[in-house]
Amino acid sequence: MTTSTFVKLDGIAKRWNGQLGVEGITLDIPEGSFTALLGPSGCGKSTTLRLLAGLELPDEGQILIDGKDVTTSAASDRNLSMVFQSYALFPHLSVAENVMFGLKVRRVPKQERLEKLHRALEITGLLGYEGRKPGELSGGQRQRVALARAIVAGQRLCLMDEPLSNLDAKLRNAVRKDIKKLQRDLGITVVYVTHDQTEAMSMADTVVLMKDGHIQQVGSPEDLYSRPNNTFVAEFVGAPPMALIESTALEGFGDDKTVGIRAENIQIVPAGTGRMRCKVNESEFLGAETLIGLDHDGTSGLCVLQPGLSLMPEGDEVEINFDDGNLHVFDDAGKRLAG
Amino acid sequence: MSTHANLERRRQAIYGWLLLSPALVLLSAFAFYPSIATLWTSLFSRGTRRRPVEYVGFENYSDLFADPTFWLVVKNNLMYAGVTIPVSMGIALAMALWANGKIRARGFVRTAYFTPTVLPMIAAANLWLFFYTPGLGVLDQIGSVFGLPSVNWLGQPETALWAIIIVTIWKEAGFFMIFYLAALQTIPEELKEAADIEGASRWTYTRRIVLPLLMPTTLFIAVNALINSVKLIDHLFILTKGGPSDASKLLLYYIWEMAFAFFDAPSAAAMTVMVIVVLAIIAAIKFSYLDKRTHYQ
Ligand SMILES: Nc1ncnc2c1ncn2[C@@H]1O[C@H](COP(=O)(O)OP(=O)(O)O)[C@@H](O)[C@H]1O
Ligand SMILES: [Mg+2]
Repeated sequence: MTTSTFVKLDGIAKRWNGQLGVEGITLDIPEGSFTALLGPSGCGKSTTLRLLAGLELPDEGQILIDGKDVTTSAASDRNLSMVFQSYALFPHLSVAENVMFGLKVRRVPKQERLEKLHRALEITGLLGYEGRKPGELSGGQRQRVALARAIVAGQRLCLMDEPLSNLDAKLRNAVRKDIKKLQRDLGITVVYVTHDQTEAMSMADTVVLMKDGHIQQVGSPEDLYSRPNNTFVAEFVGAPPMALIESTALEGFGDDKTVGIRAENIQIVPAGTGRMRCKVNESEFLGAETLIGLDHDGTSGLCVLQPGLSLMPEGDEVEINFDDGNLHVFDDAGKRLAG
Repeated sequence: MSTHANLERRRQAIYGWLLLSPALVLLSAFAFYPSIATLWTSLFSRGTRRRPVEYVGFENYSDLFADPTFWLVVKNNLMYAGVTIPVSMGIALAMALWANGKIRARGFVRTAYFTPTVLPMIAAANLWLFFYTPGLGVLDQIGSVFGLPSVNWLGQPETALWAIIIVTIWKEAGFFMIFYLAALQTIPEELKEAADIEGASRWTYTRRIVLPLLMPTTLFIAVNALINSVKLIDHLFILTKGGPSDASKLLLYYIWEMAFAFFDAPSAAAMTVMVIVVLAIIAAIKFSYLDKRTHYQ
């Protein structure tokens, strides 16, 4: 992976009749990287992607792709491809015609067109389906046609808007790996929109977490997980998400802060030796471990993981302990304090 | 268990027939029976005081084929269909593509185009009478501004049929546009965006994506336009009465004249049978051949 900037967003803003879409989006995306735009529904992920694609024009800011200012360029002049959430396949055209549509439009010679088609179908495992209409394919196959259409032209930048959200959970895991491998093998730059933090964390080199049209944090999955910028990031990333404790509920942290702790850093200890006494409010068997949810005044999302099957009756009282070194401290506005 | 299945099947059959019966009764009384009665009538001679009705086989048909007026009317109707169908459909499609785009006052444009459709044909004809009237009519008034001589659009054989054709196009285009508009709304916006990213021009997108997806609608409209080109004759009564010298006479008007002006029911019946046969053949082609080649969503 090279590290030179390939796509640059600088102070991008987009509003509709004064209603906020996104604001202050500044982002450097290196060539050959996999960047995930992550956030809850309505936070502006799709808007950011569409601005990048040229399907919307920004009200403010500048967009550079491969060093060229494309802020107001037409979508077709930006040399990129896109996979839509709905796949946007042409329903009356066969798989082959769908995949070759762009090549035909760009007047690629027939021989070359067929070669590229063959290669794209080979990569996406669709050989033998050339003649089918999208309506005669399963959801997973349609998704692969959309992928084939995106890679066939060999564009260096590929945008994907929740490409897996219409697949069932099992297929999603498989395709996730396929997309990641595809991106590596072809060496293309992918900007990938998702609301699923597992997806973002497992696929991306860089995760951009957004909320209400603003970027909350940009960093590697590792970064977001272990050094969340604020309480929103802390609660959004990780399964289970980080537990937040009001500093008044703990000793030695003042009274206007929030303290975060992850489930794996909490231990259940014998009565009398712990730092907090909590009530069990749920226990959920996950397979390799059991997740035990805990209740305590001034906390949210507090839970602990126990190995194997170790369900605990609801209402039981337990004591927990944790090291100060594993705590994340946020100020009264929710911003991370140094450390 | 088999008696149970039998009972269930019989119950289903009765249920099916019950659901079918209203349509069956109505169609039999008002479509199948009259059609067969018409076919029957067309095979008998016209009764006069001296000669009673008798079976004549296809004589009524051969008489018609020997009648020059019949051939003139057929020619008129072919011309009428040949012009009104493609032109009104073309205008409807163009207007729909335009009104579906991002234009201002879209609602107003749609309503304006749809207005001719809600007018009864008789009212529309009266409106156009006001345009066409020599001397007083709007067309002549405009013409006179440019120093053109007065033209009796409806009163001369060369222009009468064209005047009728224009009224029909004006009436039908807005109606067909509504169908096209409805179909255009079902095409997802992303298809346009996907085509945009691939670099397709507006024209390529329209030709390769929109038009094929509109094909079912086009077919539906074409059949309707065809039927209308046979059955829409209200305006003839107001505008030309088929004249002058049969120049604007259409088949159905001629059938009506035969039956109710000349009281020649067998000839009218024979002509009706021919119209039904032609329309039935076209419908069969539509449902068997064209439907298979069209992409339905
Ligand atoms: N075409 C539009 N017109 C008006 N508002 C829009 C439009 N597209 C998106 N928005 C608004 O912008 C915000 C971000 O939307 P979007 O980018 O689609 O969110 P998501 O992160 O779920 O993809 C939402 O509040 C949405 O209502
Ligand atoms: Mg979205």
